[in-house]
Amino acid sequence: MLKTFKLGGVHPPENKLSADSEIVELPLSPTVFIPVGQHIGAPATAVVKKGDQVKTGQLIARSSGFVSANVHSSVSGTVTKVDLVPDSGGYPRVGVVIKVEGDDWDDQIDTSPDLKSEISLTGPEIIEKIKEAGIVGMGGATFPTHVKLVPPRGMKFEMLLINGVECEPFLTSDNRLMIEKSDEIVVGTRLLMKAMGVDKAFIGIENNKPEAIRKMEKAVNGISGISVVPLKVKYPQGGEKQLIKAVTGREVSSGALPVSVGCLVSNVGSAFAVYEAVQKNKPLFERVVTVTGKSLRNPSNVKVRIGTPVSDLILFAGGVPEDTGKIISGGPMMGKALATSDVPVTKGTSGIVLIPEKQAARKPQLACIRCSRCTNACPMGLEPFLLMTLSENSLWERLEKEMVLDCIECGSCSFSCPASRPLLDYIRYAKAKVGQLVRSRKH
Amino acid sequence: MNKLLTISPSPHQHTDDSVRKIMYRVLLALVPALIWSVIYFGMDAVRVTLLAVLSCVAFEYLIQRFVMKVQTTVTDGSAALTGLLLAFNVPSNLPWWIILMGSFFAIAIAKLSFGGLGGNIFNPALVGRVFLLISFPAQMTTWPVSRMAETDAVTAATPLGILKGGVLSGRPLQELSGNLPGIDNLLLGNMGGSLGEISAALLILGGIYLLWKKIITWQIPVSILLTMAVYAGIFWLINPEKYIDPLFHILAGGAILGAIYMATDMVTSPMTGKAQLIYGIGIGIITMTIRLFGAYPEGVSFAILIMNGFTPLLNSMIKPKRFGGKQP
Repeated sequence: MLKTFKLGGVHPPENKLSADSEIVELPLSPTVFIPVGQHIGAPATAVVKKGDQVKTGQLIARSSGFVSANVHSSVSGTVTKVDLVPDSGGYPRVGVVIKVEGDDWDDQIDTSPDLKSEISLTGPEIIEKIKEAGIVGMGGATFPTHVKLVPPRGMKFEMLLINGVECEPFLTSDNRLMIEKSDEIVVGTRLLMKAMGVDKAFIGIENNKPEAIRKMEKAVNGISGISVVPLKVKYPQGGEKQLIKAVTGREVSSGALPVSVGCLVSNVGSAFAVYEAVQKNKPLFERVVTVTGKSLRNPSNVKVRIGTPVSDLILFAGGVPEDTGKIISGGPMMGKALATSDVPVTKGTSGIVLIPEKQAARKPQLACIRCSRCTNACPMGLEPFLLMTLSENSLWERLEKEMVLDCIECGSCSFSCPASRPLLDYIRYAKAKVGQLVRSRKH
Repeated sequence: MNKLLTISPSPHQHTDDSVRKIMYRVLLALVPALIWSVIYFGMDAVRVTLLAVLSCVAFEYLIQRFVMKVQTTVTDGSAALTGLLLAFNVPSNLPWWIILMGSFFAIAIAKLSFGGLGGNIFNPALVGRVFLLISFPAQMTTWPVSRMAETDAVTAATPLGILKGGVLSGRPLQELSGNLPGIDNLLLGNMGGSLGEISAALLILGGIYLLWKKIITWQIPVSILLTMAVYAGIFWLINPEKYIDPLFHILAGGAILGAIYMATDMVTSPMTGKAQLIYGIGIGIITMTIRLFGAYPEGVSFAILIMNGFTPLLNSMIKPKRFGGKQP
């Protein structure tokens, strides 16, 4: 019996159209726009100004707080402005706009393709390297990795979980990375283990990715402490708490961090970035992005520099199809709908999914018939129908008691509702309100 | 690209299931039993069914359109389902005006006055049925004979009616058993009864389909029928002279129809598995208490309606198991 998490979960159509498309490199765009805040936490502070010449991999914005991350230039060229530009959410954000001239990489970066598997640095040195390179959670959460690696006082890590689940429909970038860069990911895993001071790691992969499982199993063969765990397909298995439950059987309790059960979860993309940062001295300035959609001509997995306009990415995959009604950054379950494709790819962009017009609009909302599907789908054991009603009636204290803050916003409730009720919209609103309430109590 | 894109929060993908599909699947599950009742009762069954379904749909449309002045929801299939279930709960020779009154009561009072689908506390079809049973006891308990029965009689009693009448007059069970249908006839529906009561086998078939389509859960029907069997079984073991065996109780009357199609109504039944078990056990106990000790021969309708009333309480008391071990 394959492992999986117990509570809830749904099975949206997988639609992994680009699962067999090898990773290809996107030609450089004429200009890039690199936001200084691509992570959870304080935006970085720009250290370049208009007119500066930058090299590929050069630091352009420095981490500005405890939870923050460095940002590097993904291209070489001239800084044309440091200004507010709309990001993927449509909000104006500070970013560095660079006119691309050639592709002159920083001399520190080891550009050779050879695998470097020897680890010479100590744990703290590895963490410092990761911090320098500006690595963040690349599954989409974008939490700075170096912060996560240091456990809170009095707590200890026991094991590392590498997240190769990729449970979002359509997305295949992690799948391809595991197939094509399995050895590098394993070195990255060993580096993270050393940084955490643990000797055990599990790589969780859903069994709809047989080739990735095979390749990763081969790569960990003979390396002690690391094993691959094939998992039964179920959304949202890539959720941190769900993955820990699936692999270890442990449950992170309400409001607690994974470290409370001795675990740390890191995405395969982040593990690969750690390898490049520590072994190759290469900061995080490019990533693999899946560009896909049922009407798109060439659904692909593309290695793309951070800051590249999404429109260039779509153009590369065959251009925006006539029937497109929605462009999603991320997967269809948790991704963000873009207002325009003139926004940059950031560290957290795992995919771009183009949805046909017919499926873009929501169906009209009907009355709740208490079919229990949202309750059965919720991986946190919440009652979405109730939370929505309470939210509609502004009962914030009651919502806090109903543990609304446990919601991981996976969207399984809204997905499964036969009455097309916008459950998660109301729950998100309630989370914001209850969060405010909780914070105001602390002051 | 100059076209405007749709913006909405995630998720961007949704199930292709809908309230309408759920309702139509339940209707579909009832079709075999409906066909059997037409074979059994002839065109009278068609008359009652059409009248009940069409009048429920019409009442819902007219009230929503002209009284409530809201968008009508007749196409969601729930009014048609109420009509069909009401038809299944009445004798096939019921006068047309009584059927219309039942439909009106079900739709106007039990459903729309509570806010329509999703707002009602009690199962509308059952409310309609019980309203008729109390208001027109004679017409509601005069059961026509099957077209296939080799008898000159025009009406027949239901098996539970025969049993109740016998027990009340103090006759031992043995004397009655000649008049009672056997298990094979109960399964096939060779007995007196309302439209939908008469074929346990076909009702179970539809129930399996609903289970497969995940429209009903096993908890409600199984807990109802098992509780009834245990309750009836205890009395049968103590005094088989006076009390009939549990299988008879399950197959006769409206137990199967109630357990699979009426008690499982999503709107009026509890949501978590555990609460559904308690709800089902409650229905089983009340049903058997009425059957064995009450004035009415049959108690499923009353039992379901009473437990419908407990549903909000069960929902708020029994929460699903939370992730992480903490319960609210």
